[in-house]
Amino acid sequence: MTGLQHKERICKFLGRFFNINDVEEDDNFFEKGFVNSLFYMQLLMFIENEFGISVLPDDINSQNFNSIKNIVEFIEKKNNIKAG
Amino acid sequence: MYEQNIMYEQNMDIQRGIRAFVEDIIKPNAEQVDRKEEVSEELMLEIKKSGYLGATISKKYGGLAYNNKDLFILHEEAGKGCSSFRSLLTVHGMVSVAIERWGDEEQKEKYLPLLAKGDLIASFALSEPEAGSDISQIKTKAELSGDQYILNGSKKWTTFGQIADLFLVFVLCNEKPTALLLDRNTDGFQIIPINGLLGARGSMIAELKFEDCKVDKDKMIGRPGMGLSHIALSCLDYGRFFVASSCVGLSQACLEASLDYSKKRKCSGKAIRKHQLIQKKISEMIVNTEASRLLCQKAAYLKDQKDPNSIMATWHAKYFAAKTAVKVASEAVQIHGANGCISSNSVERYYRDAKINEIIEGSNEIHELLISINGYKNY
Repeated sequence: MTGLQHKERICKFLGRFFNINDVEEDDNFFEKGFVNSLFYMQLLMFIENEFGISVLPDDINSQNFNSIKNIVEFIEKKNNIKAG
Repeated sequence: MYEQNIMYEQNMDIQRGIRAFVEDIIKPNAEQVDRKEEVSEELMLEIKKSGYLGATISKKYGGLAYNNKDLFILHEEAGKGCSSFRSLLTVHGMVSVAIERWGDEEQKEKYLPLLAKGDLIASFALSEPEAGSDISQIKTKAELSGDQYILNGSKKWTTFGQIADLFLVFVLCNEKPTALLLDRNTDGFQIIPINGLLGARGSMIAELKFEDCKVDKDKMIGRPGMGLSHIALSCLDYGRFFVASSCVGLSQACLEASLDYSKKRKCSGKAIRKHQLIQKKISEMIVNTEASRLLCQKAAYLKDQKDPNSIMATWHAKYFAAKTAVKVASEAVQIHGANGCISSNSVERYYRDAKINEIIEGSNEIHELLISINGYKNY
């Protein structure tokens, strides 16, 4: 799967919580106040389930999951580690 | 029975085992647990032997590795038998989930086998005297000093805090919410029993006080900053599901008691079941209990699929099942009349137990806020 396909699937998911047209690829949607505390849990479940990766405690930092661009990069980084 | 249509064969086997344990061991002790406000040592030994304390834990660590459909059954049956037993399963399960999901391998290997066997009883210490529904208001602090955290503050309403060996304590560390495992025998740690609870009276709740309690650095679960957003919320998601499931059992117990009583009790020359106003009550009890069950089963199914929608499905299930349990328990008392108002009758206990579920793991009002906010986005 390409980075573009990752992005499409992430945007589709995020579109359930806010209007995806209101954010740029590197906008921090937490700072914009688009999401509540439960969103984070839903986002992690989505990433793990949709892309078949495990989010570990060391992966948890505000950088990895706060924008579309960072989520795509995180998934690619985890896929690269998985591929060895 | 109708449940057979939507349960897999393996779930039926599990249900038979749990039901037998609850009928033989838990239910006969429920009245005493409520009256004495404690789970006796003898009963606790039976609970440990049953293996159900390890329901959420992987087989690798000696647990039963139940999926969510199985966990629903466990908590439904537990709720049917004794709300205090269900409380124990809930908090112990929540801490086990936290360690297995967010702990490091050393922590998992150290604690999970002991938790699975019940050699350690775990308790979840989040609420504080001034922080309940709004958990972001917690004030208990931990300061890092060398290789140890120094804890100061207090917790309140800690279920099974009176007897727990291990506490998952949520603190602020440099203003970052953090989760720490605390041993019961830590110097400066004080446990103060709270008695006189309205319902689930055997839950052995406690107030906890920390005065310069030293906790080794390696007892932190996850990382600083993850305490509320990841660890507490994921535990509460499980807790909410367990409470919802137990409400189905509580409603079922009220229904069965009411069916039985209304067949025997006579009024105006006939069994009260022949009176249409009683029939109306019974109909509503049946349909609402079944609706609660289906909402819980939907949440369980989505959880097993690791579907993000499972989180809101759990909120829906808990909201409806808790309200239903209160309504059904109230009708059960009404059907029993004066006989339902005395402590020797189980429905009196069910009525008190039911109310607790509208407050714990998110009050009805917090559910209404969140469900409606979500509704404006998704419907």
